[in-house]
This record gives sequence, C-alpha cells and structure tokens, in this order.
Amino acid sequence: MATITLNVNGKKRVVEADPQTPLLWILRDHLDLVGTKYGCGIAQCGACTVHVDGVATRSCSLPVSQIGDKEVTTIEGLSQNGDHPVQKAWLEHDVAQCGYCQAGQIMTAAALLKRNPNPTDADIEDAMHGNICRCATYLRIRAAVRTAANSTI
Amino acid sequence: MCHLPENPGSGTHRRQFNHLTLFLMTRAKTTINRRSFLKATAMAGGGLMLSFNWLAACKAPSGDEMLDMPDEWFDLNSYIKIGNNGVVTLMSPNPEFGSNVKTSMPMILADELDVDWKKVIVEQADFYPERFDRQFTGGSMGILLGWKPLRTAGATARQMLVNAAAQKWNVPASEITTEAGVLYHKTSGKSAGYGEMASLAAELPVPEEVAMKQLSDFKIIGTSRKNVDGKKIVTGQPLFTLDYKTEGMLIAMPILPPFGMTVKSVDDSAARAMPGVKDVFTIKVLPDGYEQNAFDTISFPEMVVVVGNTTWEVMNAKKAVKVEWQLLDERAFDVQSWGGKQKVVMPKGLESTSAHRAWMAEAARGKAQVLRRDGNPEAAFKSAAKVLERTYTAPHLAHNTMEPVNCFAHVTEDKAELYAPIQAPEFIRRTLAARLGMPQENIHIRLARMGGGFGQRAYGHHLVEAAVISQKVKAPVKLVYTREDDMTYGIYRPTYTATYRAALDKDGNLIAFHVRGGGIPEHAVHANRFPAGAVDNYLAEGWSLPSNITIGAFRAPRSNFIAGAEQSFLDELAELAGKDPIDFRLELLERAKKNPVGKDNDYDPDRYASVLKLVREKSNWDQPPSGVGRGVAAYFCHNTYVAEVVDMRMEGTNPVIENVVAAVDCGIVVNPDAARNMGEGGIIDGIGNALFGELTFKDGVPEKNNFHQYRMIRQKETPRNVEIHFVQNEHDPTGLGEPLFPPIFAAVANALYRATGKRYYEQPFAKHIAVSPAMM
Ligand code: FES
Ligand code: FES
Repeated sequence: MATITLNVNGKKRVVEADPQTPLLWILRDHLDLVGTKYGCGIAQCGACTVHVDGVATRSCSLPVSQIGDKEVTTIEGLSQNGDHPVQKAWLEHDVAQCGYCQAGQIMTAAALLKRNPNPTDADIEDAMHGNICRCATYLRIRAAVRTAANSTI
Repeated sequence: MCHLPENPGSGTHRRQFNHLTLFLMTRAKTTINRRSFLKATAMAGGGLMLSFNWLAACKAPSGDEMLDMPDEWFDLNSYIKIGNNGVVTLMSPNPEFGSNVKTSMPMILADELDVDWKKVIVEQADFYPERFDRQFTGGSMGILLGWKPLRTAGATARQMLVNAAAQKWNVPASEITTEAGVLYHKTSGKSAGYGEMASLAAELPVPEEVAMKQLSDFKIIGTSRKNVDGKKIVTGQPLFTLDYKTEGMLIAMPILPPFGMTVKSVDDSAARAMPGVKDVFTIKVLPDGYEQNAFDTISFPEMVVVVGNTTWEVMNAKKAVKVEWQLLDERAFDVQSWGGKQKVVMPKGLESTSAHRAWMAEAARGKAQVLRRDGNPEAAFKSAAKVLERTYTAPHLAHNTMEPVNCFAHVTEDKAELYAPIQAPEFIRRTLAARLGMPQENIHIRLARMGGGFGQRAYGHHLVEAAVISQKVKAPVKLVYTREDDMTYGIYRPTYTATYRAALDKDGNLIAFHVRGGGIPEHAVHANRFPAGAVDNYLAEGWSLPSNITIGAFRAPRSNFIAGAEQSFLDELAELAGKDPIDFRLELLERAKKNPVGKDNDYDPDRYASVLKLVREKSNWDQPPSGVGRGVAAYFCHNTYVAEVVDMRMEGTNPVIENVVAAVDCGIVVNPDAARNMGEGGIIDGIGNALFGELTFKDGVPEKNNFHQYRMIRQKETPRNVEIHFVQNEHDPTGLGEPLFPPIFAAVANALYRATGKRYYEQPFAKHIAVSPAMM
C-alpha cells in the first residue's frame, strides 16, 4: 500500500493503493470514475482508453505508480457539458448500440484529433483500429470522427 | 438443447408466421394487457401521486433543454405517468442490450398517447411481471410482441385523458381531439394540456375498448429518434451493472475449471493472506435435483470464488489460489423447454476440437432423424443429369460482449435485491427463489443496460452465483468475471456441419434437394425453410452428439450457421445450372408461390422475392464495378426477410469489402436510423465472425481466453460502406437484431469465390486465405 497523488480531470486526487494497481482500477474502484471501461485488461480492446498528458493510453495496463504528476483525463473530464466536438459528433451520428465500448472510442478519437486535426480516412482507421466494438458500430465511429474533424478545423 | 426459439411460447420446431397478416389495428380490447392496468384500477377513486425525487431535474432524451419537473405525477397505467405540468414519463419494459428498445418501445407508446417526444422522459422498468407483459429481450421479438400491448397502453391512456376532459367540459368524448399532448374541443374552443387532466384521468375507469391510430396518422413511429441514453453514453455516466456500487459492497470473482471437471480441493492459504481478501470458498450454483429451465444453463455445477474489497486485489488473489480439479461423471437431466421437456446428456471426459471434428465426420455418415421428406428424393438423384454435393462446417463461437459477465446482488434474511445485465429475468427469478429459499415476490431484479447480450445474457447463472455469494458473506456483492472468465465460461454458439446434395435435370432445373445437418450438441437444420416447398423431391435430416461444453443462443441461433451453408450451396448450384444466382432463387420462389410442395413452408415467397428484387436494383447487380467479386445471399428468419450483396476486392491476400447493400423487409420500421444502425452492426459483426470467429478446445480447456488470441473484426476490416434499404409496406413490425446477421456469412463466401476463384466451405474463412494479422 502506498499513498498516491494523481491529477485527474484537473483535480488533485489522493488514493491509498498498491502502486502496481492499473490506473483503470484506481479510477473505477477508488475514485468512482466508472466511465472508463474494463474490456480485456491486456491492452487489446481500447475500452479503458484515457488521456495521459493528452495521449490516448490504455489505463488497464498502466500501473498507477508510473503516472507521477502527468495529467489524466477520463471521459468524465473530456468536456464540461458533454459538448466536446467528438461527443457532439457521436450524438449526431447516434453511434452507440450497447454503448459499452464508446467511452474508449471517444477518448481515442479525441486524442487523434488533438494531434492530427485533419486526419485522412486511413489515419482514422489506423487510430481507431485498437478499439473493439462487438456491436460493430465501426462505420458510424468513422463517420463521427470525420464530422468532429470537420467541426474543429 | 437450450437454443432460443424464434417464437417463445411454442415448440422449438414450430412454424414461423407464414403470412404476417396485414393488421391495420383500429380498435383493440384493452384486456389483452390487463396486467398493465392493475395499478390504474387499484387506485381508482383515489388518484395516485408518486414522488419521483430522483427526477427532480431531468433532460428529455430528444434535446438538451431541461424539463421542469412536475409537482405531482399521475399513473395512467404501468407504462405511463403524466405530470401535472404535462411532462410524461414512459417506462421501457424490456431489458436494453443495444438493440435500442429503450427508445423504440417508448416511441410506440408516445405516438398512440399523442404526446410531444420532447416532453417525454424514458425510464427503464424494473422486472415487474405483475405490471408488464413479457420483459424479455431476445429472438428479435421485442417490437413484434410489444407492438400491440404498447399501442394499446398508449391509446388507453389517451382515451382516459379524453374522457376526463369530456367530463370536465361536459361535452361528448367523441368531439374531443388531441395533438401533441393537448386536448381540444373545437366547437366550444376549449383546450387543455394533458397535465391539467391527468389527476382526473387517473381516477377514471379503464375503457374496455379503445381506438387506435391509422398508420398514416403516426407522427413518431417511422421517424428517426436518437437513443434516449445517447448523452449518458458519450459522457461516461454509470449505466451498466459493472459501474454499480453500494456502501459496503464487496467484489467477488470466480475460478473456473476446464469443461468436464469440478473442484477436488482448494488451497487458499496464500490468497487469504493477501491484502483486501475477505474470503475464499466454493459455491454450488443450482440446488440439488432442481429441474432446470432453458435459461438455467450452467457450465460448472460448482465454482471457487474469491471475495475481497477491490477488483485488482481480488484479481491478484485469484492467481494465488491453487485448485485441484477432478473429472465430473456423466450428467443426464431434463430441461423444461418450449414444447416440453428435453433430455440433456453431458458425457464424462475432456473434450478437444480435434476429437469433435473426428466425431462429426463419423456421425455425418451414420443415422440421422428425418425432419421432412417430400416426393422421392432417392429416385430423383438417380435420374439426375448433374449432382452437386458439398459439406460446410463452422466452429464454436464465444459471444465476447464487451461488458464481461457480472451481477450485483444483496441478499438479506428474507429478501434479495439484484441489479443485473439479463435478457430473460422472468426465467431466472424462479431459479433464484429455489436456490435462495425465498418466495419469488421477495426477489427484486433491476434491469441494467447491458454492454452487449447477443443471446449470452439470456442465461442467468451469474445472477444465481452473485446471490449465493451475497447470502454467504452477508454483504452486498458484485460478481465480476474477468475477460478470461467470460470467454472460458461456455454457453457458446455450437459447432455445426451440414452436407447439401442437389440434383439438376438436363435443363438445369432443380429436381431434388437434400440437407443433412449435424452438430455438437445440436444441429442447425430448419426443415421447412426455403428451398423446402420449391422442389418436388426434398429430404431434410438432422443429428447431434452430446458434449459437456455448454452452448446457448448466439445472435440468430442455428440460422447463424445454416443460412451461410445453404446460401453458399445455392450459389454454387446456380453456377452449375448456368443461371444467375438471383434469377435462380427467384425461379425457385416463383415455384414455391405458384405450386408449393408441402404445406408447412415457413416463408412467404412474395416477401422473400421482394428483398431479392430490391437488392438487385439497389446494388446495380447487373453492372458490378470492375475488379470486384460480388456475392449475394438471402435469408428469412426471426420473421424478417433479408437479401445482401457484398462487393469484395483482394488486396494481396487480404479481402477488402468495398460495399454491402442489404434489402430488408421487417414490416413497419419504427425508428429508421436506429434500425439501420442495428442492421449495419449485424452485417459487420457477421463479416467478422465469418472471417475470424473461432473457439477451439484442448482437453476441456478453451484455447483462447482473451482478445490477443480471439480475433474480432476491427476498424480496418470494416466495409468501406454499408447501405440498408427497407421494403415499404404496412405489415406489423418484426425484429432486426438478428436477421441481417445469418445471410452475410454466405454473401461473404460467395464474394470470396468471385474475388479469388475459390470456394470456401469451412469457417472461419480467414484461416484459409493468408489474411494479415490484426494490428492491435
Ligand atoms: S481493458 Fe484496457 S485495452 Fe482492454
Ligand atoms: S456499442 Fe456495444 S460494444 Fe460498442
């Protein structure tokens, strides 16, 4: 057990936990930020994607001890009112079916657009390829990323 | 055993609706869902005020604007509450697993109630069989079976509001009209919002019979409305059981044996000493001698569970528990199923896929049950000019819903509270009652949004397990399966095979057709489906072999294999007959229409032909783009007709799907954009399973347990484009969750043939073409 200080969604958070605990479980079990999802635990599905200093990161495979003072952003902190261009595009295309994978998809897309505001179709497919959606909403995800890109340039 | 029939309440081999009659419902007796009016009648004379504190501020699903909450709510029936300010709460009865019933079912209520969708709040109903009919999601039956009860509930509440206004204004009810939540009396110029009449309406008797809208009067049905939970999903709000937490809640996780084995001994000494661990013990899932129903499938009669404070601590402790397994004896038991009891045998031993294949090859040559026989197939085969015989196989599949199996339970002395991802709550409550030793009424099941279901969540073992664990540790518990547990628990899509034979005369006419299907532990033959009825000499046979690897419903059970096999075979047969694959099918359908063979044919040839014609037109079938291999398939299951065309191009050894065009006849489309979403999902999920889906076993152990081994379709393998076209008609709506899935397996196989020159008979197809590994 260790006392760990984190910067999550712009707030300082202190948790008591095993330093090896993946960030995913710190968020979900300790901080009650359950928007970030568990899908595989081995960095294969993208459901747990958060931003660490703005970079899309699989929180299931990142021990909390390695974060230090980097800024962690979760789906709950992506925007104040759920109005990030990616979130708006997701609603416009009514992307979700079951919805379980979508927080991870949105976080991956938002990180993509931050580093590459005008992605090609190939860039979008590359960036989104790591996120599994069993409901197979992939077409709408693609279209929503395009819409979000167009709305931000 | 245990697959989901397409029409629950009848035998598994029951015929499907031959002709869904054009049902222009104008008046309906309200007694058909009398249960939903209990509340209203019980409080007649008093009126009921419900305080919904948690709805103090709420957003309408359709927009960002905040709705002002009323001071009082009035229950008009189980589905509908109206606030004194005109805001309406509609209860969505069925569990939501992504097919969007939580939006489409309230749309049906709202349209008949005649309210403004912007003034509607949708709530998920708890499992409450005293109030709601059939709270079950599966078999693509939600909208089909909900259509009439929901319309009736909406129209009845509207009529009660009309009657209240008639009483208050002292005018005949027949002179009152409604529009968007407002009552009007034209002659006197009076008008009032529903909210003003709700208190009086709630006291009035429920009318015996009510008028329904004409289809042309629908204002909400047939228009695209967005997912009522959309905003919550994109902002990461807790919607799933896995997100649920209560004070003092513990986390429990299972340790699962290989198939065919159970617990012999447990050494938990190391695990018990680990941080956060509360207990380690073994549970028995079902009571001794309990007669299971079709959704009580359990893979392991006993399981070791670790209980602790946090997920990570319990996950680690699991690894430190040493369990010794021992072989289970053969198990044989009856399962209550639709159409009576079914005997299930689970043999002793550790099974492997290699052995399954050898058993199936042998059984394919052995005895089979004749399921249907028309004419004299043997003689026809003897006289044939050409005979084609082909065998198709497909492996076990894991559901791999993105939310792994989990359940919350809090069991106290005399009651149980569950918050569960479950498609079929009514079946499991009975089992819970038997296992916990308490009456069913004391068991309350709240229905969570499910992170996917696909049939797997119809089986409620996780509810029983969570409840048993909670009862034992005397605390609220959330049972969580890891991805590995989820993928290795069982309840898989079975492995199947089918051999087709067909005879052509010298003019290329189909004179005999023979299907012989088998599987472990069920076959997938639907004897009365097309092309039965279209050929004089026809034979359908089935056989199955027992297994201790459990199986269950998986998106379009049985159809998900047999459609691919049959429609691939017909493609090859058309080629042998020298005919265009669409023309060939249309000729057979014409025959089935004009001069059908037999009486039990499970399809309407006209509706079947209409989707083929529509897909021919929309895909521009006669002029395929150059460099593209084009495959077609059509199928009818779950009361919906589908035809699909796949355009494929090979990029090296990788199949690239440029375009998919689907034509669908599911009757009235309630929510068109959401229906398209569901259809796209069925198509893309089907392409993924056709190319990559496979679970194999070695000595009772699944050889894949997570997504590094189990390949799922991802973004880059997704078609460039998918188009879905609906046949416009006025048939009652049928389901969409499943029907687009089965035919795509064949459309892919047929396109692969045209793109590569090779036919593919064994799923998953990517094994036989050097498709590059998924980039993770
Ligand atoms: S849960 Fe982290 S990638 Fe799947
Ligand atoms: S929406 Fe269900 S897994 Fe993506």
